[in-house]
Amino acid sequence: MRVTVIGAGVAGLVTAIELASRGARVEIVERGAGPGAQACAWFAGGMLAPWCEQATAEPPVAALGAASITWWQRHFTDTVQRGTLVVAATRDAGELELFGRRTERFEAADAALIGALEPDLAGRFHRGLFFPDEAHLDPRRALQALTAQLDAMGVTIRYGVDADVERVVADRVIDCRGIAAHDTLEELRGVRGEMIMLRAPDIHLTRPVRLLHPRFGIYVIPRGQGVFMLGGTLLESSSHGPVTVRSAMDLLNAAYALHPAFAEAQILELGVGVRPAFPDNLPRVFRRGNVIHVNGLYRHGFLLSPAMAQQAVQMALANTPEASACISS
Amino acid sequence: MNLYGIELTSRLLLGSARYPSPAMLADAVRASGTEVVTVSLRRESGGQRSGQGFWSLIRDLGVRVLPNTAGCHSAKEAVTTARMARDIFQTPWIKLEVIGDADTLQPDVFDLVEAAAELCADGFEVFPYTTDDLVVADRLLQAGCRVLMPWGAPIGSGRGLNNRFGLRTLRAHFPDVPLIIDAGIGRPSHAVEAMELGFDGVLLNTAVALAGDPVAMAAAFARAIEAGRAGFEAQPMAPRDLAEPSTPITGKAWLA
Repeated sequence: MRVTVIGAGVAGLVTAIELASRGARVEIVERGAGPGAQACAWFAGGMLAPWCEQATAEPPVAALGAASITWWQRHFTDTVQRGTLVVAATRDAGELELFGRRTERFEAADAALIGALEPDLAGRFHRGLFFPDEAHLDPRRALQALTAQLDAMGVTIRYGVDADVERVVADRVIDCRGIAAHDTLEELRGVRGEMIMLRAPDIHLTRPVRLLHPRFGIYVIPRGQGVFMLGGTLLESSSHGPVTVRSAMDLLNAAYALHPAFAEAQILELGVGVRPAFPDNLPRVFRRGNVIHVNGLYRHGFLLSPAMAQQAVQMALANTPEASACISS
Repeated sequence: MNLYGIELTSRLLLGSARYPSPAMLADAVRASGTEVVTVSLRRESGGQRSGQGFWSLIRDLGVRVLPNTAGCHSAKEAVTTARMARDIFQTPWIKLEVIGDADTLQPDVFDLVEAAAELCADGFEVFPYTTDDLVVADRLLQAGCRVLMPWGAPIGSGRGLNNRFGLRTLRAHFPDVPLIIDAGIGRPSHAVEAMELGFDGVLLNTAVALAGDPVAMAAAFARAIEAGRAGFEAQPMAPRDLAEPSTPITGKAWLA
């Protein structure tokens, strides 16, 4: 079977790998000139945190996301499973309590455990939550690794091709274009996320740390070699415009609150991605005619791609009824 | 309740921020029975119309939209945002919010009055988010506002009614002006209290959006507001120091 996947973001690449490993002849078309910034995955945090996400996401996200950790460990060996640490300033202890009420698979962390897990935070936070089973990865390196794997599997990626979904000639077309699919999926909306990349060689963190705050929580994810990714805002906007001063201040302020040494960090990059979301913020895999749509992964691209890709592959390879829908919930 | 000539059955106004998803917001709106939903307009989104996805979901709810100027820190900024909101939502209604302090998010009442006067003169129907200060309330009415929205407590704090005396005074001074408690309500019991004080309505956001079950909480508030209003209209008894048996003992058969 010949399958064309449109879009080389995380959903497209993962879907292509799943298809190719089941023997389909796959090609990917991507409107961008090469792997990179046209995909919102490029600006993702890369947290594989199904249980932390329970704080705001509906149950299917954790249920579908839990299996993704082993998928990523299998396909990207630099996936790190050291858990997630969630902390809050003493003033905001109520936020921790609320977070704990809505999530599972964590242990309460006192000052000693926080210090043992992340010595640089010793004495700075007295209470937190530790989610030991969660993992994280560097999205850009992961996307590159998947691209290399696909190459080795004989899958071509044609860059610089803005495919018309209706006109692609293949047995099956899988539309993984993210927010660009808004032209055919009217319910899809953009949710803007902004991030900052910092170099802070004086700070050592070994796992994602989330700082809770009544107005804006942030997360800091170590990328190695003293580089940290700071994210992420959630704005009801599809603008790809540059990071605003307000967002940058919110993010940097929070980083400074996490550790004052961030004040000396160098700003390497300010980035913006627009995440595709359906009104319930849950992902969908469904088929319309010859086209299977994988979309609405919202802020969970890396977490949910493996599960959604598997659903898409089953739909593509099986002879499912024409307008079938396979929703996550 | 009549706000700027619009007759509303529900006395609950609902904010649209911070829900887990727009679908959840839609369910909460339905469960609350509200007829008015507030929407905040970030200036950068407004300029590029890039918030369309979310705004069209709000419009599809079939309720009246009350755009707000959340996040504005000066009269000028608020006026600009209000005009942008009028263009986008095609309504003269504007919830005017001018923040004076970043920590408490309390209104800058001086810029609030200034912006209210300018917007009222420009044909807007202004819903000013203000404190419980009587003199400021009076100035807002002079500026042309015909609805007032005093705070219960700082935005998002969930502390209920911080100054009952001040709120009671407002009610007593302006018996004919619709007064809506805006901000600070955390629990249904707070809303009941506001309604029992004789306020015309309550505007909520965080208390519903950040509840464990926003839809159930929206329904709980709807009932609380109805109960509080009914209690107010039924003229509650005054508290007394002396106990009085509800069934008199005199004349009862005495059985030994």
